[in-house]
Amino acid sequence: MDTLTALLLITLLAATSFVPRASFILWLHRVKLPEFVQRALRFVPAAVFTALVVPQLVFSDGALDIGLHNAKLVAGCAAISFAVVTRNPLVTIIAGMAALHLARNFLGS
Amino acid sequence: MILRSPHFIAGLRACLPVLPGVAAFGAISGVAMVGAGLSPWLAAVMSVVVYAGTAQLAALQLIGAGAPLGVIFLAGMILNLRFMLYSLSISPHLQGLRPRARWLASYFLSDNGYAHTIARIASQPTASGHAEYYLGACTAIWVTWESATVAGIVVGAGIPASWSLEFVVVLTFTALAMASIRDRAAAAAAIAAGITAIAAIDLPFRLGLIAAAIAGIVAGVIAERWTR
Repeated sequence: MDTLTALLLITLLAATSFVPRASFILWLHRVKLPEFVQRALRFVPAAVFTALVVPQLVFSDGALDIGLHNAKLVAGCAAISFAVVTRNPLVTIIAGMAALHLARNFLGS
Repeated sequence: MILRSPHFIAGLRACLPVLPGVAAFGAISGVAMVGAGLSPWLAAVMSVVVYAGTAQLAALQLIGAGAPLGVIFLAGMILNLRFMLYSLSISPHLQGLRPRARWLASYFLSDNGYAHTIARIASQPTASGHAEYYLGACTAIWVTWESATVAGIVVGAGIPASWSLEFVVVLTFTALAMASIRDRAAAAAAIAAGITAIAAIDLPFRLGLIAAAIAGIVAGVIAERWTR
């Protein structure tokens, strides 16, 4: 990535980060959000994080690739199992990286 | 001087137990930023200016996938929407601060700083110094996060490409997704978002992510109605 693109990206992201944070603290302190909006926002993390992860695991080189030879999918499934059992993000990430390298070396993927 | 205020110090102290976790995620985000191809200097600038780990990592992943800046902006907005909820709920307790301090309080708003302050407000509603407590908690989180990120950037820049460090980003989001699935309605949101993300992979400009986010939120709301 060239420096100009990176700076543009940083500026854009700074806006997406500061505006929601400042919204009610600085500007809208007399406004209330409708309750259904507050309820819907609760699902943002589960929806967005999953949507970011799934394509990275099930596609390789632009094609759907489900099987043991897909090292990223194997690593992702291992990470999910560790997340369910340990509930610890750090353990999940380390286990996933270990699984990725194990799958590449031993499953020939 | 606010740094000597007992409320400020109480806020700092209250955050001590979560600091190792914050440091770990900060370090991972530093490693992942350089893993995604950002130069160490720009990664440090991004970390201080943006101060939103998940949005930063999502943006870098989307850039790697060829998404245009408009879609990255939308994704950042969606990921940071939760800060609007925090802002809404904490705002009444910060209105005693001077305008300049409220700018700082806005920049400082973090998941942990918010959560600790709201817990104090809930348990001691009539106590004074909520704003100072909030600034103390947020300072502890900010200092820990930024130092850990810089450490991650330095370490990450020295790790060879064969380690596939960029996959740390995917695993970070896996861990965050799993942590956010706390009930059936959230699970429904995740499943709908995952299926839509696969089905909508060929949408132009990587808009599949936005479509999946909306599908997930709608599914969560519907599932919550059903299970109630």
